[in-house]
Amino acid sequence: MNNNEVRRTEKDINQADGAGKEVKSVNIKETFKFAFPKTLPVMAGYVFLGISYGILMKTKGFGFRYPVSMAAIVYGGSLEFVMVDMLMSKFNPVQSFLLALMIQARHIFYGLSMLDKYNDIGGKKIYVIFAMSDETFSINCSTRVPANIDKGWFYFFVSLFDHFYWVFGAGAGWLIGSLITFNTEGLDFVMTAMFTVILLDKLFHEKKHYTAVIGALSSISCLLIFGADNFLIPTMAMMLILLIAFRKPIEKAELD
Amino acid sequence: MIQTVPQSIITIALCALATILTRFIPFILFRSKEKTPKVVEYLGKALPAALFAMLVVYCLRNTKISTGNHGIPELIGILVVTAAYFWKKNMLVSMAAGTIVYMLLVQFVF
Repeated sequence: MNNNEVRRTEKDINQADGAGKEVKSVNIKETFKFAFPKTLPVMAGYVFLGISYGILMKTKGFGFRYPVSMAAIVYGGSLEFVMVDMLMSKFNPVQSFLLALMIQARHIFYGLSMLDKYNDIGGKKIYVIFAMSDETFSINCSTRVPANIDKGWFYFFVSLFDHFYWVFGAGAGWLIGSLITFNTEGLDFVMTAMFTVILLDKLFHEKKHYTAVIGALSSISCLLIFGADNFLIPTMAMMLILLIAFRKPIEKAELD
Repeated sequence: MIQTVPQSIITIALCALATILTRFIPFILFRSKEKTPKVVEYLGKALPAALFAMLVVYCLRNTKISTGNHGIPELIGILVVTAAYFWKKNMLVSMAAGTIVYMLLVQFVF
């Protein structure tokens, strides 16, 4: 296979697309309409979790600017909850940085999975990589984008909507969290439900399930051995080892 | 609050930097397709299914199987999601169904 030749053709097609500006603006509208419903479960989950986070920050005595700027700049749910304790203990920048790296390490694997997809989408690339949360990665990685939809803008809109829900939730939680009276217990299950559906959809569309089995096996066994707070790093290591060890049969069986 | 404002700004900045690093590293290391090792390309294709499985487990990591409600609401919720997915083939419908059933279970049954 001549990679260079393939690349050149892709570029030509992109340039041809860019030439018809009218076509492109229609595409963006359609892309917006296609992307928004995909983010609805994240809206439910992020607004809810964001509100819980905003309330927590307020009760711990932080000003409005804290949860909102942390939601916007750090934009990582589990890390931000850990940071509440971090900011309330003795200043230790090195330890904070290393802990953040450990909590966020899984994003490296998301990036590896999106290398191809996030290529060739222009300047939007910087933002979609910056805003690649667990949920945004899952949607952007698993959605089969139809031909009439602009891939780059689709990834961009999903990233932007999700990011906005999280910042909005954090701010709303700080401002009006105490006014919420209806029982929201269990609403966070929407995130579990979303990952479950995305996994099912992936399983349904592939012939063999070696890699999903490796993922499940690694994470369940590491969860049992290392416990809820420390299992992600060993899980990633185990996944990596198993995927590389069984590369030949996996490549033969399921990857196109 | 124990940390002073400058201290907390540094802590927040470092956490943001760590997050940005983990998100950008693959794209910085493997900038051009030609120079990306074959094994990395393979991992890019093989990882998603494994990661989706990991994320389900990650969401359920604090579920206690031996105490409390033994994770029964979670199990039922996932079964509902699965059944609805195979019945309607609609991702949004099955997520909503599973979440509503789960909320009813934890609020009224368990």
